[in-house]
Amino acid sequence: MTAFFGGPLLPVAWAGIMAFVILAYVVLDGFDLGVGILFATERDKSSRDVMVNTIAPLWDGNETWLVLGGSGLYGAFPVAYSVILPAFYPLIILMVLGLIFRGVAFEFRFRAHTEDHRALWDYAFLGGSVIAAFCQGVILGALLRGITSTDGQFSGGIFDWLAPFPLFCGLAVVIGYSTLGAAWLYWRTGGALQARMRGHAKRLGLALIVLIGIVSLWSPFLDASFFHRWFAWPGILATGLAPIAIAVLAFVYFWDLTAQTPSQRHEIPFACTLGMFTVCFLGLGYSIFPLIVPPSITIWAASSPSSSQVFLIAGTVILIPVILAYNLFAYWIFRGKVEPGAHYH
Amino acid sequence: MITHAQLATGLALSLARAQFGFTIAFHIMFPAFSIGLASYLAVLEGCWLVTKKPMFLDAYKYWLKIFSVVFAMGVVSGLMMAYEVGANWSGYSEKVGPILGPLLAYETMTAFFLEAGFLGIMLFGLERVGPKLHFIATALVSIGTLISASWILAANSWMQTPQGYIIDAKGDFEPANWFAIIFNPSFPYREVHMVIAAYLATAFAVGAVSAWHLLHGHKNDVVRLTFSMAMWMAAIVTPIQIYAGDEQGRNTLTYQPAKVAAIEGDFNSGVQGLNLIGWPDVKAGKIDDNLAIPHIGSLILTHQWNGTIKGLNDFPRDDWPVVVVTFFAFRIMVGLGMAMFATGLLSLWLRLRKQLYTARWFLWLATAMAPAGFIAIVAGWTTTETGRQPWTVTGLLRTADSVSPISLSEVATSFVVIFLIYTLVFGAGIRYLLGMMATAPGPGEVLPPRDKPLRTGGKNVLAEQPLPAAE
Repeated sequence: MTAFFGGPLLPVAWAGIMAFVILAYVVLDGFDLGVGILFATERDKSSRDVMVNTIAPLWDGNETWLVLGGSGLYGAFPVAYSVILPAFYPLIILMVLGLIFRGVAFEFRFRAHTEDHRALWDYAFLGGSVIAAFCQGVILGALLRGITSTDGQFSGGIFDWLAPFPLFCGLAVVIGYSTLGAAWLYWRTGGALQARMRGHAKRLGLALIVLIGIVSLWSPFLDASFFHRWFAWPGILATGLAPIAIAVLAFVYFWDLTAQTPSQRHEIPFACTLGMFTVCFLGLGYSIFPLIVPPSITIWAASSPSSSQVFLIAGTVILIPVILAYNLFAYWIFRGKVEPGAHYH
Repeated sequence: MITHAQLATGLALSLARAQFGFTIAFHIMFPAFSIGLASYLAVLEGCWLVTKKPMFLDAYKYWLKIFSVVFAMGVVSGLMMAYEVGANWSGYSEKVGPILGPLLAYETMTAFFLEAGFLGIMLFGLERVGPKLHFIATALVSIGTLISASWILAANSWMQTPQGYIIDAKGDFEPANWFAIIFNPSFPYREVHMVIAAYLATAFAVGAVSAWHLLHGHKNDVVRLTFSMAMWMAAIVTPIQIYAGDEQGRNTLTYQPAKVAAIEGDFNSGVQGLNLIGWPDVKAGKIDDNLAIPHIGSLILTHQWNGTIKGLNDFPRDDWPVVVVTFFAFRIMVGLGMAMFATGLLSLWLRLRKQLYTARWFLWLATAMAPAGFIAIVAGWTTTETGRQPWTVTGLLRTADSVSPISLSEVATSFVVIFLIYTLVFGAGIRYLLGMMATAPGPGEVLPPRDKPLRTGGKNVLAEQPLPAAE
């Protein structure tokens, strides 16, 4: 036990926890950000109300994973926190502002006194979702490209992230979240709206596969160590699994969406998209581990004192399962298709 | 001579502080209102379950709609704060990270998730889960708000009265004893004082909205109920708050005597009178034009007629708090506290004479008291935070060493952007809130708070069993 608590395994355990937290955030807030992005394709109020109502009872919990990502990183890997934050200062401010607009739009669009005001908050919801998703993608891409730091302090320029690869990742995340959103709405809505979402899910899914392919081929060339890890023996055994897994998930996804008589299990495309996100995320983790801030800061160098990590892990291993349990309970309470309210009047 | 560079650094520091002050003063009002409303809603729903009287459910539904907007604004304004600490105050966040980080992560795991997880059920789930489970959801959300307050107050109190740490070779703080860190000397006092403040601010807001509607001819059960409950709170809880504030003052005298000297406007050590008002002349180290009651300052703080209190002139000038702001902010808080106390006493007198719902002058007074609790909270926080200066961690880390190495233009730009967006977003939010409050509560309040009800495949519990209220 003492070897664990003082030793090199504790930061590894923390890296695993943080990876889980970030993945939970990406897929959970991913689909509800995607619903916001898909506002671009739906104009009329009743469809938009249904879309918002599929996520209204759940989005707040989803976004809390981002807060845990931030506070967990600060508590367990403060060096990473203090390098990443200044490196992406404008992006983070922009992302937070996007989330602010989106968050209040949930409430305000139902309270607006005039149609013009409601339209304004609808734009805030759409715009906030797009901006938050894009910024998250750029941050991911820029992190993979690496952050310049000296002695655990950020020492690069304020616009270092402004490069083709991060911007491309921004686009990929916007498309990825939209796919999650379309698959979610295909699952949770009915009628004409569902039929339109089925079409969007097909097109977006195809775009997503192409973008995943490009990012996967591009990223090994960002850093020699990524390349080495992906293509050298025996790493290729592991990396070979990723494209196979993606291919299988994509096959099921399109097979379900393009079937002449669609199956009654409308959750299948959503589950496949979750799977694809998970595979990509694992691949990403595999590329950079044990670095937390490429190209030079490892999880051990970024760790807080073990007294902090031990204090925090003791509660975390109990609390995260409890949190998952009651969040699942909320999802179960609000299960089923959301119909336009007018139906029941 | 001060060089240009020093001037710019000093200005950047001042702007970073102003930005933090602006964002946190804006933020704190919403969580305070959320804490108060969540507990109030739990009480209302509990009363409904026990008594089955529909007016409790109507009051619940009315204030739940307001709660949903207040809560959302608290969440999003808090999101900005979390990143502002890292971005503008990296000196602080790096050095204090090993202590502050775990506390904030625990706040997220024990409070934020609890609130968010059950908020959806609270807002949209009454028909789906039934009254009992719904009450549990309301109770869990209100417990979540209190847990959140506890972690953040533990962190803040640790900055005021730090203990349980060691300082490592790099000069960073390291936790040595978590129990000592969390239960630091000022934490229990601050916790009690702040939670009561949130309850009182909510009570006066609820009381004001109810009084307004009583004045405008809406004398239904629901309005009378909420007004009566608010005035009981004012009458009973305000005296408790005054006692809690006095206890916190005595704690501050022990651990942060310079803050107390600034609050009281005491420049010379000795037996202190109570400066009701005056103008602290910081340059000359004396107080001008003061109206003081002899011995009372010592009596309040030391509980002894001839107790002595150390004055500011016996502290190094470099360690003085922001005297003028601390001095006046404290007087605003106490003045409002006294006004709240008077309102509570008057309500008791009118209640005895059976004029509580009819005395128009009193209803106007209660309406005017709407912002009193919130202003008192902001003034109280201003007192304790400017009184902690020039330190972020008392005696250990100076504010000047806490700020990020950011340029004046970066701070200025982000301040302008944040100011504009806060004005737009929260201006709209406050407008919607006032619009909702302008509609009188009454029998037959509806849920969910959407213009289109949310109905999905789950079981509709209320359709199958009659409402307990439908007697």
